[in-house]
Amino acid sequence: MQEIVRAKNLTVSLGGKTVLEDITFSIFSGEMTGVIGPNGAGKTTLLRAVLGLVSVQQGSLAVFGKRGIRIKEIRPRTGYMPQRHYFDRRFLLSAADVVSTGLLSPRTLFKKIPRKNEQVKDALRLAGMENFFHQPFQNLSGGEQQRVLLARALARRPDLLLLDEPNNGLDFPAQQSFVALLRKLKDKENIAIIMVSHDLVSIAPAVDKLLCINRTMHVHGDPAEVLRSPHLDEAYRCQFDFLTTGGSTERWWH
Amino acid sequence: MSEILAYGFMQRALLAALLVGTLCSVISFFVILKRLSFLGAGISHTALGGIAIGLVTGLDQVLTGSIFALGTAMSTGHISRLGKISEDTVIGIFYASGMALGIALISSFKGYYPELFSLLFGNILAVSARDLQVLALVLVVVMVFVIVFFKELLAICFDEEMAIAGGLPVGPLYMGLLATIGLTIMVSIQLVGVVLVAALLVIPGAAAYRLSNNYRSMLLYALIIGLSGSFGGLFVSYYYPVPPGAAIVLIMAAIFALVVFIKYYLEK
Repeated sequence: MQEIVRAKNLTVSLGGKTVLEDITFSIFSGEMTGVIGPNGAGKTTLLRAVLGLVSVQQGSLAVFGKRGIRIKEIRPRTGYMPQRHYFDRRFLLSAADVVSTGLLSPRTLFKKIPRKNEQVKDALRLAGMENFFHQPFQNLSGGEQQRVLLARALARRPDLLLLDEPNNGLDFPAQQSFVALLRKLKDKENIAIIMVSHDLVSIAPAVDKLLCINRTMHVHGDPAEVLRSPHLDEAYRCQFDFLTTGGSTERWWH
Repeated sequence: MSEILAYGFMQRALLAALLVGTLCSVISFFVILKRLSFLGAGISHTALGGIAIGLVTGLDQVLTGSIFALGTAMSTGHISRLGKISEDTVIGIFYASGMALGIALISSFKGYYPELFSLLFGNILAVSARDLQVLALVLVVVMVFVIVFFKELLAICFDEEMAIAGGLPVGPLYMGLLATIGLTIMVSIQLVGVVLVAALLVIPGAAAYRLSNNYRSMLLYALIIGLSGSFGGLFVSYYYPVPPGAAIVLIMAAIFALVVFIKYYLEK
Protein backbone atom coordinates (compact mmCIF):
# COMPACT_ATOMS: atom_id res chain seq x y z
CA MET A 1 0.00 0.00 0.00
CA GLN A 2 1.25 3.45 -0.96
CA GLU A 3 1.35 6.22 1.63
CA ILE A 4 -0.89 9.03 0.31
CA VAL A 5 -1.01 11.51 3.20
CA ARG A 6 1.46 11.92 6.03
CA ALA A 7 0.97 14.52 8.76
CA LYS A 8 3.52 14.94 11.49
CA ASN A 9 2.90 17.29 14.43
CA LEU A 10 0.70 19.36 12.14
CA THR A 11 -0.37 22.78 13.48
CA VAL A 12 -2.71 25.12 11.60
CA SER A 13 -3.81 28.60 12.71
CA LEU A 14 -6.57 30.72 11.19
CA GLY A 15 -6.82 34.42 11.99
CA GLY A 16 -4.34 34.06 14.85
CA LYS A 17 -6.29 31.21 16.46
CA THR A 18 -4.84 27.71 16.58
CA VAL A 19 -7.39 25.41 14.94
CA LEU A 20 -5.30 22.25 14.74
CA GLU A 21 -2.36 21.37 16.94
CA ASP A 22 0.10 18.50 16.97
CA ILE A 23 -1.81 16.17 14.63
CA THR A 24 0.05 13.08 13.43
CA PHE A 25 -1.35 10.40 11.13
CA SER A 26 -0.80 8.54 7.86
CA ILE A 27 -3.29 7.49 5.19
CA PHE A 28 -2.64 4.78 2.61
CA SER A 29 -4.14 3.88 -0.76
CA GLY A 30 -7.24 1.69 -0.62
CA GLU A 31 -7.90 2.80 2.94
CA MET A 32 -10.92 4.67 4.27
CA THR A 33 -10.27 6.92 7.24
CA GLY A 34 -13.00 8.60 9.22
CA VAL A 35 -12.18 11.92 10.88
CA ILE A 36 -14.51 12.47 13.81
CA GLY A 37 -14.88 15.15 16.43
CA PRO A 38 -17.49 17.59 17.72
CA ASN A 39 -18.57 20.71 15.81
CA GLY A 40 -15.71 23.22 15.55
CA ALA A 41 -13.06 20.55 16.17
CA GLY A 42 -11.06 21.52 13.08
CA LYS A 43 -12.14 18.62 10.84
CA THR A 44 -12.91 20.76 7.78
CA THR A 45 -9.68 22.70 8.31
CA LEU A 46 -7.79 19.41 8.23
CA LEU A 47 -9.30 18.62 4.80
CA ARG A 48 -8.53 22.14 3.59
CA ALA A 49 -4.92 21.73 4.73
CA VAL A 50 -4.65 18.48 2.74
CA LEU A 51 -5.97 20.40 -0.30
CA GLY A 52 -3.41 23.17 0.28
CA LEU A 53 -6.15 25.75 0.88
CA VAL A 54 -4.78 26.68 4.31
CA SER A 55 -1.13 26.84 5.24
CA VAL A 56 0.65 24.77 7.83
CA GLN A 57 2.29 26.77 10.63
CA GLN A 58 4.26 24.01 12.30
CA GLY A 59 5.03 20.37 11.66
CA SER A 60 4.80 18.84 8.22
CA LEU A 61 2.12 17.66 5.83
CA ALA A 62 2.96 15.63 2.75
CA VAL A 63 0.36 14.60 0.14
CA PHE A 64 1.60 12.18 -2.54
CA GLY A 65 5.05 13.11 -1.18
CA LYS A 66 4.62 16.85 -1.93
CA ARG A 67 4.82 19.45 0.82
CA GLY A 68 3.92 23.09 1.37
CA ILE A 69 2.70 25.06 -1.62
CA ARG A 70 3.61 22.13 -3.89
CA ILE A 71 0.52 20.37 -2.49
CA LYS A 72 -1.47 22.46 -5.01
CA GLU A 73 0.25 20.48 -7.79
CA ILE A 74 -1.52 17.30 -6.73
CA ARG A 75 -5.05 18.74 -6.81
CA PRO A 76 -5.80 16.96 -10.11
CA ARG A 77 -5.23 13.69 -8.22
CA THR A 78 -7.55 14.74 -5.40
CA GLY A 79 -11.36 14.66 -5.38
CA TYR A 80 -13.19 16.89 -2.93
CA MET A 81 -16.79 16.95 -1.76
CA PRO A 82 -17.41 20.06 0.37
CA GLN A 83 -20.23 20.38 2.90
CA ARG A 84 -23.76 20.70 1.52
CA HIS A 85 -24.34 24.23 2.81
CA TYR A 86 -21.80 25.59 0.33
CA PHE A 87 -24.08 25.12 -2.67
CA ASP A 88 -27.63 25.87 -3.75
CA ARG A 89 -29.65 22.63 -3.96
CA ARG A 90 -32.07 24.25 -6.43
CA PHE A 91 -29.36 25.39 -8.85
CA LEU A 92 -30.37 24.97 -12.50
CA LEU A 93 -27.86 22.34 -13.59
CA SER A 94 -28.34 18.79 -14.83
CA ALA A 95 -26.55 15.94 -13.04
CA ALA A 96 -24.00 15.88 -15.88
CA ASP A 97 -23.45 19.65 -15.63
CA VAL A 98 -22.73 19.31 -11.90
CA VAL A 99 -20.22 16.52 -12.53
CA SER A 100 -18.50 18.48 -15.31
CA THR A 101 -17.77 21.34 -12.86
CA GLY A 102 -15.47 18.83 -11.14
CA LEU A 103 -13.28 18.81 -14.26
CA LEU A 104 -12.58 22.55 -14.11
CA SER A 105 -9.06 23.61 -13.25
CA PRO A 106 -6.56 26.26 -14.38
CA ARG A 107 -5.74 23.89 -17.28
CA THR A 108 -9.30 24.00 -18.61
CA LEU A 109 -9.47 27.83 -18.71
CA PHE A 110 -10.15 28.97 -22.30
CA LYS A 111 -10.99 25.37 -23.26
CA LYS A 112 -14.35 23.89 -24.05
CA ILE A 113 -15.53 20.85 -22.10
CA PRO A 114 -17.82 18.73 -24.31
CA ARG A 115 -21.30 18.19 -22.84
CA LYS A 116 -21.09 14.43 -23.32
CA ASN A 117 -17.62 14.10 -21.85
CA GLU A 118 -16.50 10.49 -21.24
CA GLN A 119 -15.02 11.38 -17.84
CA VAL A 120 -18.42 12.72 -16.77
CA LYS A 121 -20.15 9.54 -17.92
CA ASP A 122 -17.58 7.35 -16.13
CA ALA A 123 -17.88 9.35 -12.90
CA LEU A 124 -21.68 9.06 -12.94
CA ARG A 125 -21.37 5.33 -13.58
CA LEU A 126 -18.95 4.90 -10.66
CA ALA A 127 -21.45 6.67 -8.41
CA GLY A 128 -24.30 4.51 -9.73
CA MET A 129 -26.00 7.51 -11.36
CA GLU A 130 -25.47 6.81 -15.07
CA ASN A 131 -29.23 6.89 -15.72
CA PHE A 132 -29.51 10.41 -14.29
CA PHE A 133 -27.25 12.12 -16.86
CA HIS A 134 -29.86 14.65 -18.07
CA GLN A 135 -31.89 14.84 -14.85
CA PRO A 136 -32.21 18.32 -13.31
CA PHE A 137 -30.10 18.36 -10.14
CA GLN A 138 -32.83 20.17 -8.17
CA ASN A 139 -35.31 17.33 -8.83
CA LEU A 140 -33.10 14.66 -7.25
CA SER A 141 -33.54 13.36 -3.70
CA GLY A 142 -30.95 14.22 -1.04
CA GLY A 143 -29.28 10.81 -1.43
CA GLU A 144 -29.19 11.10 -5.24
CA GLN A 145 -27.74 14.61 -5.03
CA GLN A 146 -24.99 13.29 -2.73
CA ARG A 147 -24.15 10.61 -5.30
CA VAL A 148 -23.97 13.21 -8.07
CA LEU A 149 -21.65 15.30 -5.89
CA LEU A 150 -19.57 12.19 -5.28
CA ALA A 151 -19.43 11.69 -9.07
CA ARG A 152 -18.19 15.29 -9.38
CA ALA A 153 -15.41 14.50 -6.89
CA LEU A 154 -14.57 11.38 -8.93
CA ALA A 155 -14.58 13.17 -12.30
CA ARG A 156 -10.82 13.61 -12.43
CA ARG A 157 -10.22 9.97 -11.48
CA PRO A 158 -8.59 10.88 -8.15
CA ASP A 159 -6.32 8.72 -6.02
CA LEU A 160 -7.41 10.58 -2.89
CA LEU A 161 -11.01 11.46 -2.04
CA LEU A 162 -11.87 14.03 0.64
CA LEU A 163 -15.48 14.04 1.85
CA ASP A 164 -16.76 16.67 4.27
CA GLU A 165 -19.83 15.57 6.23
CA PRO A 166 -21.27 13.59 3.26
CA ASN A 167 -23.99 12.03 5.43
CA ASN A 168 -25.41 15.33 6.67
CA GLY A 169 -29.11 15.68 5.93
CA LEU A 170 -29.49 12.07 4.71
CA ASP A 171 -31.83 9.58 6.36
CA PHE A 172 -30.34 6.38 7.78
CA PRO A 173 -30.93 4.10 4.72
CA ALA A 174 -29.43 6.76 2.43
CA GLN A 175 -26.40 7.05 4.76
CA GLN A 176 -25.94 3.25 4.72
CA SER A 177 -26.23 3.12 0.95
CA PHE A 178 -23.77 5.99 0.48
CA VAL A 179 -21.18 4.46 2.80
CA ALA A 180 -21.57 1.07 1.06
CA LEU A 181 -20.86 2.80 -2.27
CA LEU A 182 -17.71 4.37 -0.81
CA ARG A 183 -16.45 1.01 0.41
CA LYS A 184 -17.03 -0.48 -3.04
CA LEU A 185 -15.15 2.38 -4.66
CA LYS A 186 -12.27 2.14 -2.24
CA ASP A 187 -11.84 -1.59 -2.87
CA LYS A 188 -12.39 -1.49 -6.64
CA GLU A 189 -10.49 1.70 -7.50
CA ASN A 190 -7.88 1.52 -4.69
CA ILE A 191 -8.69 5.11 -3.68
CA ALA A 192 -7.65 6.54 -0.32
CA ILE A 193 -10.69 8.15 1.30
CA ILE A 194 -10.82 10.65 4.14
CA MET A 195 -14.36 11.16 5.37
CA VAL A 196 -15.15 13.85 7.94
CA SER A 197 -18.18 13.53 10.19
CA HIS A 198 -19.36 14.80 13.55
CA ASP A 199 -21.58 11.73 13.72
CA LEU A 200 -19.30 8.85 14.67
CA VAL A 201 -22.14 6.30 14.76
CA SER A 202 -22.78 6.67 11.02
CA ILE A 203 -19.18 6.23 9.89
CA ALA A 204 -17.46 4.10 12.56
CA PRO A 205 -18.72 0.75 11.18
CA ALA A 206 -17.64 1.58 7.63
CA VAL A 207 -14.10 2.90 7.94
CA ASP A 208 -10.75 1.15 8.29
CA LYS A 209 -9.36 3.75 10.67
CA LEU A 210 -10.76 6.51 12.85
CA LEU A 211 -9.02 9.75 13.68
CA CYS A 212 -10.63 11.59 16.56
CA ILE A 213 -9.73 15.26 16.87
CA ASN A 214 -10.86 18.27 18.82
CA ARG A 215 -8.19 20.85 17.97
CA THR A 216 -5.56 18.31 19.06
CA MET A 217 -5.51 14.64 18.16
CA HIS A 218 -7.19 12.52 20.82
CA VAL A 219 -7.01 9.05 19.35
CA HIS A 220 -6.18 7.39 16.01
CA GLY A 221 -6.46 3.77 14.95
CA ASP A 222 -8.78 0.83 14.50
CA PRO A 223 -12.45 1.95 14.86
CA ALA A 224 -13.25 -0.63 17.56
CA GLU A 225 -10.29 0.52 19.64
CA VAL A 226 -11.14 4.19 19.14
CA LEU A 227 -14.73 3.62 20.23
CA ARG A 228 -13.52 1.95 23.41
CA SER A 229 -10.93 4.60 24.14
CA PRO A 230 -11.52 7.01 27.05
CA HIS A 231 -9.98 9.71 24.80
CA LEU A 232 -13.21 9.71 22.81
CA ASP A 233 -15.16 11.06 25.80
CA GLU A 234 -12.40 13.62 26.27
CA ALA A 235 -12.67 14.81 22.64
CA TYR A 236 -16.46 15.10 22.62
CA ARG A 237 -16.49 16.40 26.19
CA CYS A 238 -19.31 14.01 27.13
CA GLN A 239 -19.67 10.57 28.60
CA PHE A 240 -20.25 7.58 26.30
CA ASP A 241 -21.93 4.38 27.55
CA PHE A 242 -21.26 0.93 26.15
CA LEU A 243 -23.99 -1.25 24.77
CA THR A 244 -22.78 -4.75 23.94
CA THR A 245 -24.87 -7.10 21.82
CA GLY A 246 -23.83 -10.48 20.46
CA GLY A 247 -20.11 -9.79 20.73
CA SER A 248 -20.23 -6.40 18.94
CA THR A 249 -19.78 -3.20 20.86
CA GLU A 250 -21.81 -0.09 20.31
CA ARG A 251 -21.60 3.13 22.27
CA TRP A 252 -24.14 5.79 22.98
CA TRP A 253 -23.58 9.27 24.30
CA HIS A 254 -25.73 11.30 26.58
CA MET B 1 -44.31 51.32 -36.30
CA SER B 2 -42.90 53.17 -39.30
CA GLU B 3 -44.00 56.40 -37.61
CA ILE B 4 -41.85 55.60 -34.58
CA LEU B 5 -38.84 54.72 -36.72
CA ALA B 6 -39.10 58.00 -38.60
CA TYR B 7 -37.67 59.89 -35.64
CA GLY B 8 -33.91 59.84 -35.10
CA PHE B 9 -34.25 59.96 -31.29
CA MET B 10 -36.58 56.92 -31.40
CA GLN B 11 -34.13 54.98 -33.58
CA ARG B 12 -31.40 55.67 -31.04
CA ALA B 13 -33.74 54.80 -28.15
CA LEU B 14 -34.67 51.46 -29.76
CA LEU B 15 -31.02 50.61 -30.30
CA ALA B 16 -30.28 51.60 -26.69
CA ALA B 17 -33.15 49.37 -25.51
CA LEU B 18 -31.71 46.46 -27.50
CA LEU B 19 -28.19 46.96 -26.10
CA VAL B 20 -29.19 47.59 -22.49
CA GLY B 21 -31.88 44.88 -22.57
CA THR B 22 -29.30 42.32 -23.73
CA LEU B 23 -26.64 43.50 -21.29
CA CYS B 24 -28.91 43.56 -18.24
CA SER B 25 -30.47 40.19 -19.05
CA VAL B 26 -27.09 38.46 -19.23
CA ILE B 27 -25.87 40.14 -16.02
CA SER B 28 -29.22 39.43 -14.35
CA PHE B 29 -28.62 35.71 -14.98
CA PHE B 30 -25.50 35.84 -12.77
CA VAL B 31 -27.01 38.30 -10.27
CA ILE B 32 -29.79 35.80 -9.52
CA LEU B 33 -27.64 32.67 -9.56
CA LYS B 34 -25.00 34.24 -7.29
CA ARG B 35 -27.70 35.93 -5.16
CA LEU B 36 -26.36 39.43 -5.69
CA SER B 37 -29.72 41.25 -5.98
CA PHE B 38 -29.03 43.53 -3.03
CA LEU B 39 -25.58 44.29 -4.41
CA GLY B 40 -27.14 45.49 -7.69
CA ALA B 41 -29.57 47.78 -5.86
CA GLY B 42 -26.83 49.03 -3.58
CA ILE B 43 -24.35 49.85 -6.34
CA SER B 44 -26.92 51.78 -8.36
CA HIS B 45 -27.98 53.88 -5.39
CA THR B 46 -24.38 54.53 -4.39
CA ALA B 47 -23.90 56.06 -7.85
CA LEU B 48 -26.02 59.00 -6.68
CA GLY B 49 -23.03 60.22 -4.64
CA GLY B 50 -20.88 60.22 -7.77
CA ILE B 51 -23.56 61.90 -9.84
CA ALA B 52 -23.87 64.67 -7.24
CA ILE B 53 -20.10 65.24 -7.39
CA GLY B 54 -20.42 65.59 -11.17
CA LEU B 55 -23.31 68.04 -10.83
CA VAL B 56 -21.64 70.38 -8.35
CA THR B 57 -18.20 70.27 -9.99
CA GLY B 58 -19.40 70.47 -13.59
CA LEU B 59 -17.77 67.13 -14.51
CA ASP B 60 -19.61 64.53 -16.62
CA GLN B 61 -22.17 63.07 -14.16
CA VAL B 62 -22.34 59.71 -15.93
CA LEU B 63 -18.56 59.42 -15.62
CA THR B 64 -18.46 60.36 -11.92
CA GLY B 65 -21.48 58.16 -11.18
CA SER B 66 -19.85 55.29 -13.05
CA ILE B 67 -16.61 55.64 -11.12
CA PHE B 68 -18.65 55.42 -7.93
CA ALA B 69 -20.61 52.40 -9.19
CA LEU B 70 -17.47 50.56 -10.28
CA GLY B 71 -15.59 51.56 -7.11
CA THR B 72 -18.45 50.33 -4.93
CA ALA B 73 -18.65 47.01 -6.75
CA MET B 74 -14.93 46.35 -6.45
CA SER B 75 -14.64 47.60 -2.85
CA THR B 76 -17.60 45.50 -1.73
CA GLY B 77 -16.03 42.41 -3.25
CA HIS B 78 -12.62 43.18 -1.78
CA ILE B 79 -13.85 43.95 1.75
CA SER B 80 -16.17 40.95 1.92
CA ARG B 81 -13.42 38.69 0.54
CA LEU B 82 -11.27 39.64 3.52
CA GLY B 83 -13.85 37.64 5.46
CA LYS B 84 -14.44 40.00 8.35
CA ILE B 85 -17.65 41.67 7.15
CA SER B 86 -20.45 40.12 5.08
CA GLU B 87 -21.25 41.40 1.58
CA ASP B 88 -24.74 42.50 2.68
CA THR B 89 -23.33 44.62 5.50
CA VAL B 90 -20.74 46.28 3.27
CA ILE B 91 -23.25 47.13 0.54
CA GLY B 92 -25.77 48.31 3.17
CA ILE B 93 -23.20 50.84 4.39
CA PHE B 94 -22.17 51.96 0.87
CA TYR B 95 -25.81 52.19 -0.23
CA ALA B 96 -26.81 54.60 2.53
CA SER B 97 -23.53 56.55 2.48
CA GLY B 98 -23.67 57.12 -1.31
CA MET B 99 -27.25 58.35 -1.11
CA ALA B 100 -26.41 60.56 1.89
CA LEU B 101 -23.42 62.07 0.05
CA GLY B 102 -25.60 62.81 -2.98
CA ILE B 103 -28.33 64.46 -0.91
CA ALA B 104 -25.79 66.46 1.14
CA LEU B 105 -23.95 67.78 -1.95
CA ILE B 106 -27.08 68.65 -3.93
CA SER B 107 -28.58 70.45 -0.90
CA SER B 108 -25.38 72.29 0.02
CA PHE B 109 -24.55 73.57 -3.48
CA LYS B 110 -27.87 75.17 -4.22
CA GLY B 111 -28.25 75.48 -7.93
CA TYR B 112 -30.46 74.49 -10.83
CA TYR B 113 -29.84 70.93 -11.92
CA PRO B 114 -32.31 70.10 -14.72
CA GLU B 115 -30.45 66.90 -15.55
CA LEU B 116 -30.90 65.50 -12.04
CA PHE B 117 -34.40 64.15 -12.71
CA SER B 118 -33.30 62.23 -15.79
CA LEU B 119 -30.30 60.80 -13.91
CA LEU B 120 -32.55 59.66 -11.09
CA PHE B 121 -35.30 58.24 -13.30
CA GLY B 122 -33.58 57.90 -16.69
CA ASN B 123 -34.37 59.27 -20.13
CA ILE B 124 -33.79 56.80 -22.90
CA LEU B 125 -35.19 59.26 -25.45
CA ALA B 126 -32.23 61.57 -24.84
CA VAL B 127 -29.60 58.93 -25.76
CA SER B 128 -26.96 60.35 -28.10
CA ALA B 129 -24.81 58.63 -30.74
CA ARG B 130 -21.84 58.83 -28.33
CA ASP B 131 -23.91 57.17 -25.58
CA LEU B 132 -24.71 54.35 -28.00
CA GLN B 133 -21.02 53.89 -28.78
CA VAL B 134 -20.22 53.63 -25.05
CA LEU B 135 -23.12 51.18 -24.60
CA ALA B 136 -21.93 49.01 -27.48
CA LEU B 137 -18.37 49.02 -26.15
CA VAL B 138 -19.50 47.99 -22.65
CA LEU B 139 -21.70 45.26 -24.14
CA VAL B 140 -18.76 43.88 -26.12
CA VAL B 141 -16.43 43.93 -23.07
CA VAL B 142 -19.03 42.28 -20.81
CA MET B 143 -19.99 39.65 -23.40
CA VAL B 144 -16.35 38.73 -24.10
CA PHE B 145 -15.73 38.29 -20.36
CA VAL B 146 -18.90 36.25 -19.86
CA ILE B 147 -18.41 34.03 -22.94
CA VAL B 148 -14.72 33.33 -22.24
CA PHE B 149 -15.26 32.49 -18.54
CA PHE B 150 -18.86 31.24 -18.67
CA LYS B 151 -18.24 27.71 -17.33
CA GLU B 152 -15.99 29.01 -14.54
CA LEU B 153 -18.48 31.73 -13.52
CA LEU B 154 -21.27 29.16 -13.47
CA ALA B 155 -19.16 26.85 -11.29
CA ILE B 156 -18.40 29.72 -8.87
CA CYS B 157 -22.11 30.59 -8.67
CA PHE B 158 -22.96 26.95 -7.93
CA ASP B 159 -20.25 26.02 -5.42
CA GLU B 160 -17.50 28.50 -4.71
CA GLU B 161 -15.67 26.23 -2.26
CA MET B 162 -15.33 23.52 -4.91
CA ALA B 163 -14.17 26.07 -7.49
CA ILE B 164 -11.44 27.22 -5.07
CA ALA B 165 -10.44 23.61 -4.38
CA GLY B 166 -10.24 22.97 -8.14
CA GLY B 167 -7.62 25.73 -8.36
CA LEU B 168 -9.76 28.19 -10.35
CA PRO B 169 -8.81 31.87 -9.99
CA VAL B 170 -12.04 32.51 -8.03
CA GLY B 171 -11.00 35.87 -6.55
CA PRO B 172 -10.11 37.56 -9.89
CA LEU B 173 -13.13 36.03 -11.67
CA TYR B 174 -15.51 37.18 -8.93
CA MET B 175 -14.03 40.67 -9.01
CA GLY B 176 -14.41 40.59 -12.80
CA LEU B 177 -18.08 39.68 -12.39
CA LEU B 178 -18.57 42.56 -9.96
CA ALA B 179 -16.84 44.92 -12.40
CA THR B 180 -19.22 43.84 -15.18
CA ILE B 181 -22.17 44.52 -12.83
CA GLY B 182 -20.73 47.97 -12.08
CA LEU B 183 -20.22 48.69 -15.80
CA THR B 184 -23.74 47.51 -16.62
CA ILE B 185 -25.24 49.79 -13.97
CA MET B 186 -23.14 52.65 -15.26
CA VAL B 187 -24.54 52.45 -18.80
CA SER B 188 -28.07 51.50 -17.73
CA ILE B 189 -28.50 54.61 -15.59
CA GLN B 190 -29.22 56.61 -18.73
CA LEU B 191 -32.02 54.26 -19.67
CA VAL B 192 -33.94 53.93 -16.41
CA GLY B 193 -31.99 56.03 -13.92
CA VAL B 194 -30.32 55.40 -10.57
CA VAL B 195 -33.54 54.53 -8.75
CA LEU B 196 -34.91 51.95 -11.18
CA VAL B 197 -31.78 50.32 -12.62
CA ALA B 198 -31.76 47.57 -9.96
CA ALA B 199 -35.00 46.22 -11.45
CA LEU B 200 -33.25 45.53 -14.77
CA LEU B 201 -30.55 43.58 -12.97
CA VAL B 202 -32.98 41.46 -10.98
CA ILE B 203 -36.33 40.95 -12.74
CA PRO B 204 -35.27 39.23 -16.02
CA GLY B 205 -33.14 36.67 -14.16
CA ALA B 206 -35.67 36.17 -11.34
CA ALA B 207 -38.60 35.54 -13.74
CA ALA B 208 -36.43 33.32 -15.97
CA TYR B 209 -35.30 31.30 -12.93
CA ARG B 210 -38.93 30.52 -12.07
CA LEU B 211 -39.60 29.39 -15.66
CA SER B 212 -36.53 27.20 -16.19
CA ASN B 213 -35.28 23.73 -15.46
CA ASN B 214 -31.72 24.38 -16.57
CA TYR B 215 -29.37 27.34 -16.91
CA ARG B 216 -29.48 27.33 -20.71
CA SER B 217 -33.22 28.00 -20.83
CA MET B 218 -32.85 30.47 -17.95
CA LEU B 219 -30.41 32.52 -19.99
CA LEU B 220 -32.72 32.46 -23.01
CA TYR B 221 -35.82 33.42 -20.97
CA ALA B 222 -33.89 36.22 -19.23
CA LEU B 223 -33.00 37.64 -22.65
CA ILE B 224 -36.59 37.40 -23.90
CA ILE B 225 -37.97 39.05 -20.74
CA GLY B 226 -35.28 41.75 -20.65
CA LEU B 227 -35.81 42.69 -24.31
CA SER B 228 -39.61 42.50 -24.06
CA GLY B 229 -39.54 44.86 -21.10
CA SER B 230 -37.11 47.30 -22.76
CA PHE B 231 -38.95 47.49 -26.10
CA GLY B 232 -42.40 47.25 -24.50
CA GLY B 233 -41.67 50.12 -22.11
CA LEU B 234 -40.39 52.26 -24.94
CA PHE B 235 -43.53 51.71 -27.02
CA VAL B 236 -45.82 52.32 -24.05
CA SER B 237 -44.07 55.60 -23.28
CA TYR B 238 -44.39 56.65 -26.95
CA TYR B 239 -48.17 56.26 -26.96
CA TYR B 240 -48.96 57.11 -23.30
CA PRO B 241 -47.63 59.87 -21.03
CA VAL B 242 -45.49 57.53 -18.92
CA PRO B 243 -41.70 58.04 -18.52
CA PRO B 244 -39.90 55.25 -20.45
CA GLY B 245 -37.78 54.15 -17.46
CA ALA B 246 -40.85 53.61 -15.30
CA ALA B 247 -42.72 51.91 -18.16
CA ILE B 248 -39.82 49.47 -18.76
CA VAL B 249 -39.64 48.50 -15.08
CA LEU B 250 -43.44 48.19 -14.76
CA ILE B 251 -43.66 45.89 -17.78
CA MET B 252 -40.87 43.69 -16.41
CA ALA B 253 -42.56 43.63 -12.98
CA ALA B 254 -45.85 42.64 -14.66
CA ILE B 255 -44.09 39.80 -16.52
CA PHE B 256 -42.56 38.62 -13.23
CA ALA B 257 -45.93 38.71 -11.45
CA LEU B 258 -47.52 36.78 -14.33
CA VAL B 259 -44.77 34.14 -14.26
CA VAL B 260 -45.09 33.68 -10.48
CA PHE B 261 -48.89 33.49 -10.76
CA ILE B 262 -48.84 30.94 -13.61
CA LYS B 263 -46.16 28.79 -11.96
CA TYR B 264 -48.07 28.83 -8.68
CA TYR B 265 -51.23 27.50 -10.36
CA LEU B 266 -49.35 24.98 -12.50
CA GLU B 267 -47.51 23.57 -9.49
CA LYS B 268 -50.59 23.51 -7.26
